[in-house]
Amino acid sequence: MRADLVVLNWQLFAAGVWMTLQLTFLALAIGFSIALPAGLSRARRVPVVSPLINGYVYLFRGTPLLVQTFLIYFGLAQFEWIRDSWAWTFLRDPWWCALIAFSLNSGAYGTEIIRGAIVTTGKGELEAAWALGLSRRQVDWLVLMPSALRRSLPQYGNEAVFMLQGSVVASVITLQDILGAGRTLNARYYLAYEGFLAAAILYMAITFLLVLAFRGLESRYLRHLRPRGVR
Amino acid sequence: MESLIRYAPLLAGGAVVTLSLALLSLALATLLGGLGAAGKLGGGPILRALALAYTTLVRGAPDLVWLFLVYFGGQRLVNDITGALGLGQVAVTPFVAGVFTIGIIYGAYLTETFRGAYLTIPRGQTEAAMALGLRGLPLQRKVVIPQLIRFALPGYGNVWQVLVKATAIVSVIGLQDLVGLASDAGKSTREPFVFFSAVLLAYLLVTWVSQVLLGLLERRASAGFADAR
Repeated sequence: MRADLVVLNWQLFAAGVWMTLQLTFLALAIGFSIALPAGLSRARRVPVVSPLINGYVYLFRGTPLLVQTFLIYFGLAQFEWIRDSWAWTFLRDPWWCALIAFSLNSGAYGTEIIRGAIVTTGKGELEAAWALGLSRRQVDWLVLMPSALRRSLPQYGNEAVFMLQGSVVASVITLQDILGAGRTLNARYYLAYEGFLAAAILYMAITFLLVLAFRGLESRYLRHLRPRGVR
Repeated sequence: MESLIRYAPLLAGGAVVTLSLALLSLALATLLGGLGAAGKLGGGPILRALALAYTTLVRGAPDLVWLFLVYFGGQRLVNDITGALGLGQVAVTPFVAGVFTIGIIYGAYLTETFRGAYLTIPRGQTEAAMALGLRGLPLQRKVVIPQLIRFALPGYGNVWQVLVKATAIVSVIGLQDLVGLASDAGKSTREPFVFFSAVLLAYLLVTWVSQVLLGLLERRASAGFADAR
């Protein structure tokens, strides 16, 4: 066991942590901004739009993130018109490809979460808002969304952990994330497992922090749903 | 498109590898999940702590990290053991590493599924059975297990769907599964988009067929219940 090599090469892992966090949080943020309108239109069953969103959600939730990333990174290069277009500056870069794949993936899972939270909103909550004379838009933004988004917090916490752990796919397309750092270390010193073990511990630590952060958010924003008398 | 037809037999072979990997992993995961749930529910403090450590550690790190640890670290471990015993080299193949990794990871998820299902069985059920004189193994086999299956099936189905998708990562350590072969074929024909799209469709097909089959199984397991639909 050469733990000293891991410590000696801490900068490698620090850069890996930064890469992983960057991809994870950007993908979650972009995914959320896809999920919000998509989840709402799926809950509302908007004609034409909803079936399209259904297809998107089904495709991205039913297939492996690894293959989605491969399709974007390796697959799109097949077409000459893409290689000749302005988009090629981004699509030739593994970082952008990973970010696009992760965001679309997270957006699909997020859409289902938001849709679920919207359709399970208590009817009385909305009826009370209508009875107060709020307009449709006011009901949506002052009552429905705040209530639904709060209730989606626990599932969104799960999605955040899945995205963090799913982001290892980045290391397969050459990016130096946490696992990438572990692979580099092992290759540099002909090690069998030390780099991977260090990566596993780092992922566990970040997973744990993420879970704690969401617990904190939940205790703040879901306080009104706690059973009475329970602290 | 023509290249896809030319490579169809090869890809079909890859699909067989993917499916057998998934099914063997599911078998191992079911075994580990059963043991884990039994440990969490009925074990003493040591077994309970072990089961908790298992489910927490395994779910704390990404699957690909575990795969590398099992494949590269496991080979080192096997070498050390065979070396100490004076035996010849035993190679850890990507397939074996894949079955072990995915089986161990999803065993942790199934532990929670089984535990939850067990806790859903109303207490009155076992009490009634005991009042009728059933105990031990017959009690488990005739009263507990059938209901456990009914309550666990939806969660079991979800784990299976996620597990199938997780098999894709084994191609990273060189397994010639559906993804690995499609990747090679995409390179040699210079049509990676076509081949990866085909892989996506194949996974969707598996998801869809599983959904239908699981629906049938769930209906069967819930026979006799009013809202069985």
